[in-house]
Amino acid sequence: MTASIGRRSAEWLPALGVLVAMIGLWEGLVKALHVKRFLLPAPDAIWRAFASNQSLLWRAGWWTFQEAFGGFAIGCIAGILLAVVVARFDLLGHALMPYAIAANAVPIVAFAPITNAWFNPLDKSSKMAIAAVLCFFPVFVNVVRGLRSVKPQQLELMRSYAVGELTVFRLVRVPTALPYLFTALRVASVLAMIGAIVGEYYGGSLDSLGANIEQDASLFQFERAWAEIVIACIFGIGFYLAVAAAERFATRWQPRIETSGS
Amino acid sequence: MSVVEIQGVSKEFKGGTVALQDIDLQIEQGEFVSLIGPSGCGKSTLLRVIGDLIEPSRGAVTVNGKSARQARQDHDYGIVFQDAVLYNWRTVAKNVALPLELAGWSRERRQARVEEMLDLVELRGFADHHPWQLSGGMQQRVSIARALSFDPALLLMDEPFGALDEMTRERMNAELLRIWEASKSTVVFVTHSIAEAVFLSTRIVVMSVRPGRISKVIPVDLAQPRGTATREEPRFFELATEVREALHLGGHVEVPA
Ligand SMILES: Nc1ncnc2c1ncn2[C@@H]1O[C@H](COP(=O)(O)OP(=O)(O)O)[C@@H](O)[C@H]1O
Ligand SMILES: [Mg+2]
Repeated sequence: MTASIGRRSAEWLPALGVLVAMIGLWEGLVKALHVKRFLLPAPDAIWRAFASNQSLLWRAGWWTFQEAFGGFAIGCIAGILLAVVVARFDLLGHALMPYAIAANAVPIVAFAPITNAWFNPLDKSSKMAIAAVLCFFPVFVNVVRGLRSVKPQQLELMRSYAVGELTVFRLVRVPTALPYLFTALRVASVLAMIGAIVGEYYGGSLDSLGANIEQDASLFQFERAWAEIVIACIFGIGFYLAVAAAERFATRWQPRIETSGS
Repeated sequence: MSVVEIQGVSKEFKGGTVALQDIDLQIEQGEFVSLIGPSGCGKSTLLRVIGDLIEPSRGAVTVNGKSARQARQDHDYGIVFQDAVLYNWRTVAKNVALPLELAGWSRERRQARVEEMLDLVELRGFADHHPWQLSGGMQQRVSIARALSFDPALLLMDEPFGALDEMTRERMNAELLRIWEASKSTVVFVTHSIAEAVFLSTRIVVMSVRPGRISKVIPVDLAQPRGTATREEPRFFELATEVREALHLGGHVEVPA
Protein backbone atom coordinates (compact mmCIF):
# COMPACT_ATOMS: atom_id res chain seq x y z
CA MET A 1 0.00 0.00 0.00
CA THR A 2 2.66 2.52 1.05
CA ALA A 3 4.82 1.22 -1.74
CA SER A 4 2.06 1.86 -4.27
CA ILE A 5 1.55 5.41 -3.01
CA GLY A 6 5.30 5.86 -3.28
CA ARG A 7 5.30 4.59 -6.84
CA ARG A 8 2.34 6.81 -7.66
CA SER A 9 4.01 9.89 -6.25
CA ALA A 10 7.01 9.08 -8.42
CA GLU A 11 4.57 9.25 -11.34
CA TRP A 12 2.88 12.55 -10.52
CA LEU A 13 5.76 14.44 -8.87
CA PRO A 14 7.43 15.33 -12.19
CA ALA A 15 4.12 16.68 -13.51
CA LEU A 16 3.63 18.74 -10.36
CA GLY A 17 7.15 20.09 -10.80
CA VAL A 18 6.31 21.20 -14.35
CA LEU A 19 3.16 22.97 -13.10
CA VAL A 20 5.07 24.87 -10.44
CA ALA A 21 7.80 25.79 -12.95
CA MET A 22 5.21 26.99 -15.48
CA ILE A 23 3.47 29.23 -12.95
CA GLY A 24 6.86 30.59 -11.86
CA LEU A 25 7.85 31.27 -15.46
CA TRP A 26 4.49 32.93 -16.11
CA GLU A 27 4.87 35.16 -13.06
CA GLY A 28 8.47 36.04 -13.99
CA LEU A 29 7.77 36.83 -17.64
CA VAL A 30 4.66 38.93 -16.93
CA LYS A 31 6.66 41.00 -14.40
CA ALA A 32 9.87 41.23 -16.46
CA LEU A 33 8.18 42.14 -19.75
CA HIS A 34 5.51 44.36 -18.16
CA VAL A 35 2.75 42.47 -19.96
CA LYS A 36 -0.51 44.47 -19.89
CA ARG A 37 -2.97 43.00 -17.41
CA PHE A 38 -5.75 42.72 -20.04
CA LEU A 39 -3.44 40.53 -22.12
CA LEU A 40 -2.30 38.26 -19.31
CA PRO A 41 -2.49 38.98 -15.60
CA ALA A 42 0.22 37.59 -13.35
CA PRO A 43 -0.59 34.43 -11.33
CA ASP A 44 -0.34 36.26 -8.01
CA ALA A 45 -2.96 38.82 -9.16
CA ILE A 46 -5.24 35.98 -10.27
CA TRP A 47 -4.68 34.28 -6.94
CA ARG A 48 -5.68 37.44 -5.07
CA ALA A 49 -8.85 37.75 -7.15
CA PHE A 50 -9.51 34.08 -6.49
CA ALA A 51 -8.97 34.30 -2.75
CA SER A 52 -11.12 37.39 -2.23
CA ASN A 53 -14.08 36.02 -4.22
CA GLN A 54 -13.92 32.39 -3.18
CA SER A 55 -17.47 31.77 -2.05
CA LEU A 56 -18.90 33.48 -5.09
CA LEU A 57 -16.59 31.61 -7.44
CA TRP A 58 -17.32 28.18 -6.00
CA ARG A 59 -21.05 28.93 -6.13
CA ALA A 60 -20.80 29.92 -9.81
CA GLY A 61 -18.69 26.85 -10.55
CA TRP A 62 -21.19 24.59 -8.83
CA TRP A 63 -24.06 26.18 -10.79
CA THR A 64 -22.28 25.56 -14.10
CA PHE A 65 -21.23 22.09 -13.09
CA GLN A 66 -24.84 21.22 -12.32
CA GLU A 67 -25.81 22.30 -15.81
CA ALA A 68 -22.97 20.35 -17.35
CA PHE A 69 -23.68 17.26 -15.28
CA GLY A 70 -27.43 17.41 -15.93
CA GLY A 71 -26.81 17.69 -19.67
CA PHE A 72 -24.20 14.93 -19.47
CA ALA A 73 -26.63 12.59 -17.72
CA ILE A 74 -29.50 13.29 -20.12
CA GLY A 75 -27.35 13.14 -23.25
CA CYS A 76 -25.46 10.00 -22.24
CA ILE A 77 -28.55 8.08 -21.12
CA ALA A 78 -30.37 9.01 -24.33
CA GLY A 79 -27.31 8.05 -26.37
CA ILE A 80 -27.00 4.68 -24.63
CA LEU A 81 -30.70 3.85 -24.96
CA LEU A 82 -30.89 4.70 -28.64
CA ALA A 83 -27.63 2.83 -29.26
CA VAL A 84 -29.06 -0.32 -27.68
CA VAL A 85 -32.10 -0.15 -29.96
CA VAL A 86 -30.07 0.67 -33.07
CA ALA A 87 -27.50 -2.06 -32.43
CA ARG A 88 -30.34 -4.57 -32.13
CA PHE A 89 -32.09 -3.60 -35.38
CA ASP A 90 -29.74 -3.44 -38.34
CA LEU A 91 -32.15 -1.55 -40.59
CA LEU A 92 -32.44 1.28 -38.08
CA GLY A 93 -28.66 1.36 -37.83
CA HIS A 94 -28.24 1.63 -41.59
CA ALA A 95 -30.77 4.46 -41.61
CA LEU A 96 -29.38 6.46 -38.67
CA MET A 97 -25.67 5.82 -38.32
CA PRO A 98 -24.45 7.96 -41.26
CA TYR A 99 -26.22 10.99 -39.79
CA ALA A 100 -24.99 10.32 -36.28
CA ILE A 101 -21.41 9.99 -37.49
CA ALA A 102 -21.80 13.21 -39.52
CA ALA A 103 -23.31 15.03 -36.54
CA ASN A 104 -20.38 13.86 -34.44
CA ALA A 105 -18.07 15.81 -36.74
CA VAL A 106 -20.13 19.02 -36.60
CA PRO A 107 -19.34 21.82 -34.11
CA ILE A 108 -22.62 21.41 -32.29
CA VAL A 109 -21.63 24.00 -29.71
CA ALA A 110 -22.49 26.58 -32.40
CA PHE A 111 -26.13 25.81 -31.59
CA ALA A 112 -25.79 27.21 -28.09
CA PRO A 113 -27.62 30.48 -28.88
CA ILE A 114 -30.47 28.43 -30.35
CA THR A 115 -31.00 26.25 -27.27
CA ASN A 116 -30.94 29.47 -25.27
CA ALA A 117 -33.92 30.55 -27.37
CA TRP A 118 -35.71 27.23 -26.83
CA PHE A 119 -35.60 27.46 -23.08
CA ASN A 120 -35.41 30.32 -20.60
CA PRO A 121 -31.75 31.42 -20.96
CA LEU A 122 -31.53 32.22 -17.23
CA ASP A 123 -32.63 28.71 -16.37
CA LYS A 124 -30.27 25.76 -16.10
CA SER A 125 -32.34 23.77 -18.60
CA SER A 126 -31.15 25.76 -21.62
CA LYS A 127 -27.51 24.94 -20.85
CA MET A 128 -28.36 21.35 -20.03
CA ALA A 129 -29.94 21.12 -23.46
CA ILE A 130 -26.79 22.12 -25.34
CA ALA A 131 -24.61 19.96 -23.08
CA ALA A 132 -26.98 17.01 -23.63
CA VAL A 133 -26.89 17.39 -27.41
CA LEU A 134 -23.09 17.59 -27.30
CA CYS A 135 -22.82 14.44 -25.18
CA PHE A 136 -25.40 12.46 -27.09
CA PHE A 137 -23.55 11.88 -30.37
CA PRO A 138 -20.18 10.52 -29.25
CA VAL A 139 -21.90 8.25 -26.73
CA PHE A 140 -24.44 7.00 -29.24
CA VAL A 141 -21.88 6.33 -31.98
CA ASN A 142 -19.40 4.64 -29.64
CA VAL A 143 -21.91 2.44 -27.87
CA VAL A 144 -23.33 1.22 -31.19
CA ARG A 145 -19.78 0.38 -32.25
CA GLY A 146 -19.09 -1.34 -28.95
CA LEU A 147 -22.25 -3.43 -28.97
CA ARG A 148 -21.47 -4.50 -32.51
CA SER A 149 -17.82 -5.29 -32.00
CA VAL A 150 -18.63 -8.61 -30.31
CA LYS A 151 -16.66 -11.33 -32.04
CA PRO A 152 -18.86 -13.76 -34.03
CA GLN A 153 -17.31 -16.75 -32.31
CA GLN A 154 -18.26 -15.39 -28.90
CA LEU A 155 -21.84 -15.32 -30.12
CA GLU A 156 -21.50 -18.79 -31.61
CA LEU A 157 -20.34 -20.10 -28.26
CA MET A 158 -23.39 -18.54 -26.62
CA ARG A 159 -25.57 -20.18 -29.25
CA SER A 160 -24.01 -23.52 -28.36
CA TYR A 161 -25.25 -22.91 -24.81
CA ALA A 162 -28.74 -22.21 -26.18
CA VAL A 163 -29.21 -18.99 -24.20
CA GLY A 164 -31.58 -16.15 -25.03
CA GLU A 165 -30.77 -12.79 -26.51
CA LEU A 166 -31.08 -10.96 -23.19
CA THR A 167 -28.50 -13.22 -21.57
CA VAL A 168 -26.16 -12.70 -24.53
CA PHE A 169 -26.69 -8.96 -24.15
CA ARG A 170 -25.88 -9.03 -20.47
CA LEU A 171 -22.98 -11.48 -20.59
CA VAL A 172 -21.29 -10.54 -23.84
CA ARG A 173 -22.48 -7.35 -25.48
CA VAL A 174 -22.47 -5.09 -22.45
CA PRO A 175 -18.97 -6.03 -21.24
CA THR A 176 -17.64 -5.71 -24.80
CA ALA A 177 -19.19 -2.25 -25.16
CA LEU A 178 -18.03 -0.89 -21.78
CA PRO A 179 -14.57 0.29 -22.87
CA TYR A 180 -16.19 2.00 -25.89
CA LEU A 181 -18.78 3.61 -23.64
CA PHE A 182 -16.20 5.00 -21.24
CA THR A 183 -14.05 6.42 -24.01
CA ALA A 184 -17.14 8.37 -25.06
CA LEU A 185 -18.05 9.34 -21.49
CA ARG A 186 -14.64 10.89 -20.96
CA VAL A 187 -15.06 12.96 -24.13
CA ALA A 188 -18.62 13.81 -23.09
CA SER A 189 -17.56 15.06 -19.66
CA VAL A 190 -15.32 17.64 -21.36
CA LEU A 191 -17.94 18.55 -23.96
CA ALA A 192 -20.60 19.03 -21.27
CA MET A 193 -18.49 21.64 -19.47
CA ILE A 194 -17.69 23.39 -22.76
CA GLY A 195 -21.36 23.35 -23.75
CA ALA A 196 -22.55 24.77 -20.45
CA ILE A 197 -19.98 27.59 -20.35
CA VAL A 198 -20.33 28.55 -24.01
CA GLY A 199 -24.10 28.50 -23.55
CA GLU A 200 -23.68 30.93 -20.65
CA TYR A 201 -21.56 33.25 -22.80
CA TYR A 202 -24.63 33.77 -24.96
CA GLY A 203 -26.68 34.81 -21.97
CA GLY A 204 -27.11 33.03 -18.70
CA SER A 205 -27.82 33.59 -15.04
CA LEU A 206 -25.30 35.78 -13.23
CA ASP A 207 -24.95 32.86 -10.83
CA SER A 208 -23.10 30.97 -13.56
CA LEU A 209 -19.42 30.90 -14.53
CA GLY A 210 -19.80 31.68 -18.22
CA ALA A 211 -21.93 34.80 -17.68
CA ASN A 212 -19.46 36.01 -15.04
CA ILE A 213 -16.43 35.42 -17.26
CA GLU A 214 -18.15 37.27 -20.08
CA GLN A 215 -19.18 40.18 -17.86
CA ASP A 216 -15.86 40.53 -16.01
CA ALA A 217 -13.91 40.47 -19.28
CA SER A 218 -16.07 43.22 -20.74
CA LEU A 219 -15.67 45.27 -17.50
CA PHE A 220 -11.86 44.92 -17.64
CA GLN A 221 -11.96 42.72 -14.50
CA PHE A 222 -9.40 40.39 -16.06
CA GLU A 223 -8.05 38.96 -12.82
CA ARG A 224 -11.55 37.93 -11.84
CA ALA A 225 -12.24 36.46 -15.28
CA TRP A 226 -9.07 34.40 -14.95
CA ALA A 227 -10.02 33.27 -11.48
CA GLU A 228 -13.32 32.08 -12.91
CA ILE A 229 -11.47 30.22 -15.65
CA VAL A 230 -9.42 28.51 -12.95
CA ILE A 231 -12.66 27.39 -11.27
CA ALA A 232 -13.93 26.09 -14.61
CA CYS A 233 -10.71 24.10 -14.96
CA ILE A 234 -11.05 22.68 -11.45
CA PHE A 235 -14.60 21.49 -12.05
CA GLY A 236 -13.78 20.28 -15.57
CA ILE A 237 -10.75 18.28 -14.50
CA GLY A 238 -12.57 16.91 -11.45
CA PHE A 239 -15.45 15.76 -13.64
CA TYR A 240 -13.09 14.10 -16.09
CA LEU A 241 -11.14 12.37 -13.33
CA ALA A 242 -14.34 11.08 -11.75
CA VAL A 243 -15.38 9.52 -15.08
CA ALA A 244 -11.88 8.09 -15.54
CA ALA A 245 -12.05 6.58 -12.04
CA ALA A 246 -15.44 5.02 -12.81
CA GLU A 247 -13.91 3.61 -15.97
CA ARG A 248 -11.02 2.06 -14.12
CA PHE A 249 -13.46 0.41 -11.76
CA ALA A 250 -15.90 -0.80 -14.41
CA THR A 251 -13.19 -2.19 -16.70
CA ARG A 252 -10.71 -3.28 -14.05
CA TRP A 253 -10.36 -6.63 -15.83
CA GLN A 254 -8.64 -4.93 -18.76
CA PRO A 255 -4.91 -4.90 -19.30
CA ARG A 256 -3.86 -1.32 -18.52
CA ILE A 257 -2.38 0.24 -21.58
CA GLU A 258 -1.34 3.82 -21.11
CA THR A 259 -3.41 5.82 -23.55
CA SER A 260 -3.05 9.46 -24.31
CA GLY A 261 -6.02 11.78 -24.72
CA SER A 262 -9.33 10.15 -25.37
CA MET B 1 -27.41 -45.79 -30.43
CA SER B 2 -24.75 -43.70 -32.16
CA VAL B 3 -23.67 -40.47 -30.52
CA VAL B 4 -23.73 -38.68 -33.86
CA GLU B 5 -25.68 -39.79 -36.88
CA ILE B 6 -25.42 -37.81 -40.10
CA GLN B 7 -27.61 -38.81 -43.01
CA GLY B 8 -27.45 -37.30 -46.48
CA VAL B 9 -26.40 -33.89 -45.23
CA SER B 10 -25.72 -31.14 -47.76
CA LYS B 11 -25.06 -27.49 -47.11
CA GLU B 12 -25.28 -24.78 -49.69
CA PHE B 13 -24.54 -21.27 -48.47
CA LYS B 14 -26.26 -18.20 -49.81
CA GLY B 15 -24.26 -17.21 -52.86
CA GLY B 16 -24.10 -20.81 -54.07
CA THR B 17 -21.06 -22.26 -52.26
CA VAL B 18 -21.72 -25.95 -51.81
CA ALA B 19 -19.77 -26.59 -48.61
CA LEU B 20 -21.04 -30.13 -47.99
CA GLN B 21 -22.58 -32.71 -50.29
CA ASP B 22 -24.27 -35.95 -49.29
CA ILE B 23 -22.41 -36.57 -46.08
CA ASP B 24 -23.17 -39.84 -44.26
CA LEU B 25 -21.34 -40.52 -41.03
CA GLN B 26 -21.98 -42.36 -37.78
CA ILE B 27 -19.92 -41.78 -34.69
CA GLU B 28 -20.13 -44.22 -31.79
CA GLN B 29 -19.78 -43.68 -28.07
CA GLY B 30 -16.13 -43.29 -27.03
CA GLU B 31 -14.74 -42.73 -30.51
CA PHE B 32 -12.19 -40.06 -31.35
CA VAL B 33 -12.96 -39.07 -34.92
CA SER B 34 -10.83 -36.62 -36.86
CA LEU B 35 -12.05 -34.71 -39.90
CA ILE B 36 -9.14 -33.90 -42.18
CA GLY B 37 -9.03 -32.21 -45.57
CA PRO B 38 -7.82 -29.16 -47.42
CA SER B 39 -9.04 -25.80 -46.21
CA GLY B 40 -12.45 -24.94 -47.56
CA CYS B 41 -13.60 -28.55 -47.81
CA GLY B 42 -16.30 -28.02 -45.22
CA LYS B 43 -14.77 -29.43 -42.03
CA SER B 44 -15.87 -26.50 -39.90
CA THR B 45 -19.24 -26.45 -41.60
CA LEU B 46 -19.78 -30.13 -40.79
CA LEU B 47 -18.81 -29.56 -37.16
CA ARG B 48 -21.20 -26.60 -36.94
CA VAL B 49 -24.00 -28.65 -38.45
CA ILE B 50 -23.45 -31.31 -35.77
CA GLY B 51 -23.58 -28.57 -33.12
CA ASP B 52 -26.68 -26.98 -34.68
CA LEU B 53 -24.78 -23.73 -35.06
CA ILE B 54 -25.86 -23.74 -38.71
CA GLU B 55 -28.65 -25.68 -40.34
CA PRO B 56 -28.03 -28.14 -43.17
CA SER B 57 -29.77 -27.45 -46.49
CA ARG B 58 -30.70 -31.11 -46.76
CA GLY B 59 -30.39 -34.24 -44.65
CA ALA B 60 -30.72 -35.00 -40.98
CA VAL B 61 -28.41 -34.94 -37.97
CA THR B 62 -29.14 -36.63 -34.68
CA VAL B 63 -27.02 -36.32 -31.55
CA ASN B 64 -27.60 -38.78 -28.71
CA GLY B 65 -30.70 -39.92 -30.58
CA LYS B 66 -32.23 -36.44 -30.57
CA SER B 67 -32.40 -33.74 -33.18
CA ALA B 68 -29.26 -31.60 -33.26
CA ARG B 69 -31.31 -28.65 -32.03
CA GLN B 70 -32.68 -30.54 -29.05
CA ALA B 71 -29.19 -31.80 -28.23
CA ARG B 72 -27.87 -28.23 -28.27
CA GLN B 73 -30.65 -27.08 -26.01
CA ASP B 74 -29.91 -29.98 -23.67
CA HIS B 75 -26.20 -28.98 -23.53
CA ASP B 76 -25.21 -32.35 -24.92
CA TYR B 77 -21.95 -31.13 -26.39
CA GLY B 78 -19.06 -28.84 -25.58
CA ILE B 79 -17.26 -26.98 -28.32
CA VAL B 80 -13.70 -25.68 -28.70
CA PHE B 81 -12.72 -23.34 -31.52
CA GLN B 82 -9.36 -22.56 -33.07
CA ASP B 83 -9.19 -19.38 -31.00
CA ALA B 84 -9.82 -19.99 -27.34
CA VAL B 85 -12.81 -17.57 -27.43
CA LEU B 86 -12.50 -16.62 -23.80
CA TYR B 87 -14.34 -13.70 -22.30
CA ASN B 88 -11.64 -11.27 -21.26
CA TRP B 89 -13.67 -9.65 -18.52
CA ARG B 90 -14.01 -12.97 -16.73
CA THR B 91 -11.26 -14.67 -14.79
CA VAL B 92 -10.08 -18.10 -15.83
CA ALA B 93 -12.29 -19.69 -13.15
CA LYS B 94 -15.33 -17.72 -14.27
CA ASN B 95 -14.74 -18.59 -17.91
CA VAL B 96 -14.69 -22.27 -17.02
CA ALA B 97 -17.77 -21.82 -14.84
CA LEU B 98 -19.78 -20.01 -17.52
CA PRO B 99 -21.68 -23.01 -18.90
CA LEU B 100 -22.36 -24.16 -15.34
CA GLU B 101 -23.71 -20.74 -14.44
CA LEU B 102 -26.01 -20.84 -17.46
CA ALA B 103 -27.18 -24.29 -16.48
CA GLY B 104 -28.08 -22.98 -13.02
CA TRP B 105 -25.52 -24.80 -10.89
CA SER B 106 -25.12 -23.55 -7.33
CA ARG B 107 -22.02 -21.56 -6.44
CA GLU B 108 -20.53 -24.36 -4.31
CA ARG B 109 -20.99 -26.98 -7.01
CA ARG B 110 -19.53 -24.63 -9.60
CA GLN B 111 -16.51 -23.89 -7.49
CA ALA B 112 -15.79 -27.54 -6.84
CA ARG B 113 -16.14 -28.44 -10.51
CA VAL B 114 -13.99 -25.56 -11.70
CA GLU B 115 -11.21 -26.68 -9.36
CA GLU B 116 -11.47 -30.20 -10.69
CA MET B 117 -11.35 -28.95 -14.29
CA LEU B 118 -8.37 -26.67 -13.73
CA ASP B 119 -6.56 -29.64 -12.21
CA LEU B 120 -7.41 -31.69 -15.26
CA VAL B 121 -5.87 -29.17 -17.65
CA GLU B 122 -3.05 -28.42 -15.22
CA LEU B 123 -3.92 -24.80 -14.65
CA ARG B 124 -4.39 -24.96 -10.91
CA GLY B 125 -3.15 -21.66 -9.55
CA PHE B 126 -4.37 -19.65 -12.53
CA ALA B 127 -8.01 -19.47 -11.45
CA ASP B 128 -7.92 -15.75 -10.73
CA HIS B 129 -5.88 -14.76 -13.76
CA HIS B 130 -7.46 -13.03 -16.70
CA PRO B 131 -7.19 -14.68 -20.13
CA TRP B 132 -4.80 -12.09 -21.54
CA GLN B 133 -2.31 -13.02 -18.83
CA LEU B 134 -1.99 -16.56 -20.24
CA SER B 135 -0.07 -17.97 -23.19
CA GLY B 136 -1.95 -19.25 -26.24
CA GLY B 137 -1.59 -22.86 -25.15
CA MET B 138 -2.87 -22.10 -21.65
CA GLN B 139 -5.83 -20.17 -23.05
CA GLN B 140 -6.74 -23.12 -25.21
CA ARG B 141 -6.59 -25.39 -22.16
CA VAL B 142 -9.00 -23.06 -20.38
CA SER B 143 -11.35 -23.34 -23.30
CA ILE B 144 -11.07 -27.14 -23.20
CA ALA B 145 -11.77 -27.09 -19.45
CA ARG B 146 -14.85 -24.97 -20.11
CA ALA B 147 -16.08 -27.33 -22.82
CA LEU B 148 -15.64 -30.32 -20.50
CA SER B 149 -16.90 -28.64 -17.33
CA PHE B 150 -20.51 -29.75 -17.66
CA ASP B 151 -19.50 -33.27 -18.62
CA PRO B 152 -20.93 -33.31 -22.15
CA ALA B 153 -21.15 -36.66 -23.87
CA LEU B 154 -19.71 -35.10 -27.00
CA LEU B 155 -16.78 -32.79 -27.55
CA LEU B 156 -16.55 -30.84 -30.82
CA MET B 157 -13.15 -29.34 -31.60
CA ASP B 158 -12.36 -27.13 -34.59
CA GLU B 159 -8.59 -27.03 -35.14
CA PRO B 160 -8.06 -26.26 -31.47
CA PHE B 161 -4.27 -26.43 -31.72
CA GLY B 162 -3.91 -24.91 -35.17
CA ALA B 163 -2.42 -21.68 -33.87
CA LEU B 164 0.16 -23.33 -31.61
CA ASP B 165 3.78 -24.11 -32.35
CA GLU B 166 4.69 -27.73 -33.12
CA MET B 167 6.10 -28.55 -29.69
CA THR B 168 3.20 -27.10 -27.75
CA ARG B 169 0.83 -28.83 -30.12
CA GLU B 170 2.37 -32.25 -29.47
CA ARG B 171 2.18 -31.69 -25.73
CA MET B 172 -1.44 -30.60 -26.04
CA ASN B 173 -2.19 -33.66 -28.16
CA ALA B 174 -0.91 -35.91 -25.40
CA GLU B 175 -2.92 -34.00 -22.79
CA LEU B 176 -6.05 -34.20 -24.87
CA LEU B 177 -5.72 -37.98 -25.15
CA ARG B 178 -5.29 -38.22 -21.40
CA ILE B 179 -8.41 -36.10 -20.86
CA TRP B 180 -10.37 -38.08 -23.42
CA GLU B 181 -9.46 -41.35 -21.71
CA ALA B 182 -10.33 -39.95 -18.30
CA SER B 183 -13.65 -38.45 -19.35
CA LYS B 184 -14.74 -41.29 -21.66
CA SER B 185 -16.35 -38.76 -23.96
CA THR B 186 -16.75 -38.87 -27.71
CA VAL B 187 -14.66 -36.42 -29.70
CA VAL B 188 -15.08 -34.97 -33.19
CA PHE B 189 -11.85 -33.21 -34.03
CA VAL B 190 -11.11 -31.03 -37.04
CA THR B 191 -7.50 -30.72 -38.14
CA HIS B 192 -5.40 -30.31 -41.24
CA SER B 193 -2.36 -31.95 -39.70
CA ILE B 194 -1.89 -35.57 -40.74
CA ALA B 195 0.37 -36.37 -37.78
CA GLU B 196 -2.14 -34.94 -35.34
CA ALA B 197 -5.01 -36.89 -36.88
CA VAL B 198 -3.12 -40.20 -36.80
CA PHE B 199 -1.82 -39.71 -33.28
CA LEU B 200 -5.18 -38.79 -31.76
CA SER B 201 -7.87 -40.63 -33.64
CA THR B 202 -9.58 -43.94 -33.50
CA ARG B 203 -10.92 -43.12 -36.96
CA ILE B 204 -9.96 -40.54 -39.58
CA VAL B 205 -12.50 -39.10 -42.00
CA VAL B 206 -10.74 -37.72 -45.08
CA MET B 207 -12.67 -35.04 -46.92
CA SER B 208 -12.22 -33.61 -50.40
CA VAL B 209 -12.98 -30.16 -51.67
CA ARG B 210 -15.57 -28.67 -54.02
CA PRO B 211 -17.99 -29.95 -53.16
CA GLY B 212 -17.12 -31.11 -49.64
CA ARG B 213 -17.46 -34.88 -49.53
CA ILE B 214 -16.09 -37.75 -47.50
CA SER B 215 -13.49 -39.40 -49.72
CA LYS B 216 -12.21 -42.05 -47.34
CA VAL B 217 -12.64 -43.30 -43.77
CA ILE B 218 -9.49 -44.77 -42.21
CA PRO B 219 -9.68 -46.69 -38.91
CA VAL B 220 -6.60 -46.14 -36.76
CA ASP B 221 -5.50 -49.32 -35.03
CA LEU B 222 -2.59 -47.90 -33.01
CA ALA B 223 -2.55 -49.25 -29.46
CA GLN B 224 -3.93 -47.21 -26.56
CA PRO B 225 -2.74 -45.43 -24.51
CA ARG B 226 -0.55 -43.56 -26.94
CA GLY B 227 2.59 -41.61 -26.12
CA THR B 228 5.77 -40.23 -27.63
CA ALA B 229 6.78 -43.74 -28.74
CA THR B 230 3.58 -44.01 -30.79
CA ARG B 231 4.87 -41.34 -33.15
CA GLU B 232 7.90 -43.54 -33.94
CA GLU B 233 6.07 -46.80 -34.65
CA PRO B 234 6.22 -48.08 -38.24
CA ARG B 235 2.42 -48.38 -38.15
CA PHE B 236 2.19 -44.64 -37.43
CA PHE B 237 4.04 -43.89 -40.69
CA GLU B 238 1.96 -46.40 -42.66
CA LEU B 239 -1.23 -44.72 -41.48
CA ALA B 240 0.16 -41.23 -42.14
CA THR B 241 1.02 -42.33 -45.66
CA GLU B 242 -2.44 -43.78 -46.13
CA VAL B 243 -4.04 -40.49 -45.04
CA ARG B 244 -1.71 -38.50 -47.26
CA GLU B 245 -2.54 -40.62 -50.29
CA ALA B 246 -6.25 -40.32 -49.59
CA LEU B 247 -5.86 -36.55 -49.43
CA HIS B 248 -4.07 -36.57 -52.79
CA LEU B 249 -6.74 -38.70 -54.38
CA GLY B 250 -9.17 -36.12 -53.16
CA GLY B 251 -7.68 -33.95 -55.86
CA HIS B 252 -5.36 -31.54 -54.11
CA VAL B 253 -1.84 -31.29 -52.81
CA GLU B 254 -1.48 -31.02 -49.06
CA VAL B 255 1.81 -30.04 -47.48
CA PRO B 256 2.91 -33.23 -45.68
CA ALA B 257 2.87 -32.88 -41.94
N1 LIG C 1 -21.14 -18.46 -43.33
C1 LIG C 1 -20.72 -18.77 -44.59
N2 LIG C 1 -21.27 -18.14 -45.65
C2 LIG C 1 -20.86 -18.46 -46.89
N3 LIG C 1 -19.92 -19.35 -47.19
C3 LIG C 1 -19.33 -20.00 -46.18
C4 LIG C 1 -19.69 -19.73 -44.81
N4 LIG C 1 -18.94 -20.52 -44.00
C5 LIG C 1 -18.14 -21.24 -44.83
N5 LIG C 1 -18.38 -20.94 -46.15
C6 LIG C 1 -17.72 -21.57 -47.31
O1 LIG C 1 -17.93 -22.94 -47.23
C7 LIG C 1 -16.76 -23.66 -47.61
C8 LIG C 1 -16.35 -24.57 -46.48
O2 LIG C 1 -15.92 -23.76 -45.38
P1 LIG C 1 -15.38 -24.39 -44.03
O3 LIG C 1 -16.37 -25.38 -43.54
O4 LIG C 1 -15.02 -23.28 -43.15
O5 LIG C 1 -14.08 -25.14 -44.54
P2 LIG C 1 -12.88 -25.74 -43.68
O6 LIG C 1 -13.21 -25.64 -42.23
O7 LIG C 1 -12.74 -27.15 -44.15
O8 LIG C 1 -11.66 -24.96 -44.04
C9 LIG C 1 -15.73 -22.60 -47.97
O9 LIG C 1 -15.73 -22.45 -49.38
C10 LIG C 1 -16.22 -21.37 -47.29
O10 LIG C 1 -15.85 -20.24 -48.01
MG1 LIG D 1 -12.30 -24.49 -40.68
